[in-house]
Amino acid sequence: MHYLRLSQETLGADINVEIGQGTCTMKYNPKVNEYIARKPEMTELHPLQDESTVQGILEIMYKTDLCLREISGMDQFTFQPGGGSQAILTMASIVRKYHRERGEEEQRDEIITTVYSHPSDAAAPATKGYKVITIMADEEGYPDYEAFKNAVSERTAAFFVANPEDTGIFNSRIKEFTDLVRKAGGLNCYDQANANGLLGITRAKEAGFDMCFFNLHKTFAAPHGCGGPGGGALGVTKELIDYLPKPIVGYKDGKYFLNYDLDKSIGKVRLFNGVPQTVLKAYAWIMSLGAEGLYEVAKVAALNNNYLFKKLLEHKGVDVPYRRDIQRVEQVRYTLEKLTQDTGITSGDIQRRVMDFGMHYWTSHHPYYVPEPITLEPTETPSKADLDEYINTLHHIFDEAYENPEIIKKAPHRSTIHQVDESSFDDPEKWAPTWRVYLRKTKED
Amino acid sequence: MKKIGLIVNPIAGMGGKVGLKGTDGVHILNKAIKLGATPEAPAKALRALEKLLSLREQLLIVTCSSNMGQIQAESLGFRTKVVYNSKDSMTNSNDTKLGAKKIKEEGVDLLLFVGGDGTARDVYESLGNEQLVLGIPAGVKIHSPVYASTPEKAGELALLYINGEKVAIREEEVVDIDEEAFRKDLVRTQLYGYLKVPVDKKFMQNKKAPTPLSEEATQKAIALDIVDNMEENICYIIGPGTTTRAIMQALNLPYTLLGVDVIMNQRLLKKDASERDLLDYVSQYPSKLVLTPTGGQGYLLGRGNQQISSKVVEKIGKDNIIIVSTNSKIIGLRGKPFMVYTGDKKVDQMLKGYYRVKVGYGMEIMYQVEIE
Repeated sequence: MHYLRLSQETLGADINVEIGQGTCTMKYNPKVNEYIARKPEMTELHPLQDESTVQGILEIMYKTDLCLREISGMDQFTFQPGGGSQAILTMASIVRKYHRERGEEEQRDEIITTVYSHPSDAAAPATKGYKVITIMADEEGYPDYEAFKNAVSERTAAFFVANPEDTGIFNSRIKEFTDLVRKAGGLNCYDQANANGLLGITRAKEAGFDMCFFNLHKTFAAPHGCGGPGGGALGVTKELIDYLPKPIVGYKDGKYFLNYDLDKSIGKVRLFNGVPQTVLKAYAWIMSLGAEGLYEVAKVAALNNNYLFKKLLEHKGVDVPYRRDIQRVEQVRYTLEKLTQDTGITSGDIQRRVMDFGMHYWTSHHPYYVPEPITLEPTETPSKADLDEYINTLHHIFDEAYENPEIIKKAPHRSTIHQVDESSFDDPEKWAPTWRVYLRKTKED
Repeated sequence: MKKIGLIVNPIAGMGGKVGLKGTDGVHILNKAIKLGATPEAPAKALRALEKLLSLREQLLIVTCSSNMGQIQAESLGFRTKVVYNSKDSMTNSNDTKLGAKKIKEEGVDLLLFVGGDGTARDVYESLGNEQLVLGIPAGVKIHSPVYASTPEKAGELALLYINGEKVAIREEEVVDIDEEAFRKDLVRTQLYGYLKVPVDKKFMQNKKAPTPLSEEATQKAIALDIVDNMEENICYIIGPGTTTRAIMQALNLPYTLLGVDVIMNQRLLKKDASERDLLDYVSQYPSKLVLTPTGGQGYLLGRGNQQISSKVVEKIGKDNIIIVSTNSKIIGLRGKPFMVYTGDKKVDQMLKGYYRVKVGYGMEIMYQVEIE
């Protein structure tokens, strides 16, 4: 029981109803793929082996690349980034190198993102030295196009955006945004961490993007959340292939090989060539479903999400930002503002109470642009019974907020540590990201 | 024994239930009573005080007579010390001011006050920014972030503070809107000052994201961005507010919180400048104007910074206006644009449009400025 509980608390996606970790696409990771990845033929490979002795895994990487090209419309993928944020960082590195090659590196010092894109879309380019301009949402929850027009200029290096954003709202005018950036000389970078409801429906290329990435550990059913490791698959159009980190996998004269011949490459973002086991699991998942199956995944993910949406909104304390009749795709950011006003119970309080039921619940990235947020993403995995279990649990807790708020305030009741004091986390003066910084700061004290 | 101050504005909130958009002024109060309004604030005071019951034996509540705090505190069994007696059962703004002063003189650790924006103004006018206070929301107008979100939250926060738990202390704005204008559906907010309040973030839990930077850390980051990008021989006019004050602090210069300061080449030219001073500077030097919105309605110009007149703004020009704001202030506006009101329609019209608002170091948000 101890380990079962522990694995629940560490988001054991496979033994739990994991709907609550919105934007993370916590879906079932087929055990057969795990079995394949753990076979000695895979685990005993070494990244320094001669290419001729690793033709099998190179073939799998090459063919996964081909599948992702078809899904996205891009012309080449790399699997080197270890996850989504590193893929965004890689995109930012490519953006910088691209403008350097064109003699515009100094002039183009800004990137544009949107308020409901993932924070890494701002943070990763910022670590590359870019100034970040954020576009707020308009009254309907779409990125404000007028504001965007005012932000794009000859200083724009690139546009980093998720679509759908974490509200679940898909911006169908995205091509107008990317066209504007292209006309101004910038690049368009697509954060496809929210791709689960789009497979076989829309593609990055037709939306005007120069680059995109997928999280193999989310959309493509490789495990994450303590089950990982993750994998960020980054794809680019043919104009940018030369900028990719080295090596990429090629195929010539019946042989697969590692191609280092990329003369504008940004170098490396990680040792060797990514995490091949993760690529293998993703490949197995794609091949088991086929094109029709992937399309079915997107449809069921959206169907599940909209069932959850309808059922949760039946509670008087729950609402969504922006109009209810705007279609949400694969996830929704809800608001408990009314419940908080009525009862004093916040979304953070509810989050702790959900733990008592062995489930998970996520509020939102900070800062909270949606008041008292919850972000839920059911994916295609849960059955109707699973969805109903989660919905009933939330309804039960929402009712508790109105009838017995004390039980929520004191939650969690079944954890070793009840409530964590995070009050010092928001003050950089108190941070010590390295041992050296810790010594310096404590010495000063 | 810990001493806590309590002051209830018993008429706060009475206008709201009968649709009067505020209860400031005797004639409005009378009208509210005629329309059937009943006191809201005493019940809200009770809801907050109930959260302190676990400390009943260790607390002395220093308060005002009758329904200005005494009745509520004693009905829950708290020990009280009454330091101010209202002469009239129909209390007014003066009672709040005098009562607050008397309570402060007793050396209370924290003063809880129950009311709305008008009450917060009275407390500020009476005590300035020295006493730690916390608002329990009961008024019709609550634009000042010196109030907790609910009476219960106020009680919980007070409990944490009294128990010696970690809470941050923050200076928050006292803003109020013109009730007369509000009744005509015009919203005009003015900044009156700042009060020191405790802020609790202890129970914010999040598995994925780091907690947001504190208001102070954000202000510091914005200030460093401004200072690092300051150009030589340009006159920087720093408007009022805590976010703009951080720029002066980053430069180690004296400042006024509610006034306008002028600097050039990182040196102070004038503290607390008047309109005339500003006009002199902007005609002598190329200038930039640094503004931050007030809480509540997000006014950049015209409410609380009249020194920066339409003439000053016209001379400086739209392109030389730098807007700074913490994220939390923008979130508080809930999509409403920033507002300007200089009194000159032509200048207001010129100021309309989208601006890049500095929200951190190297971080900007595109945000719209509108006119009344």
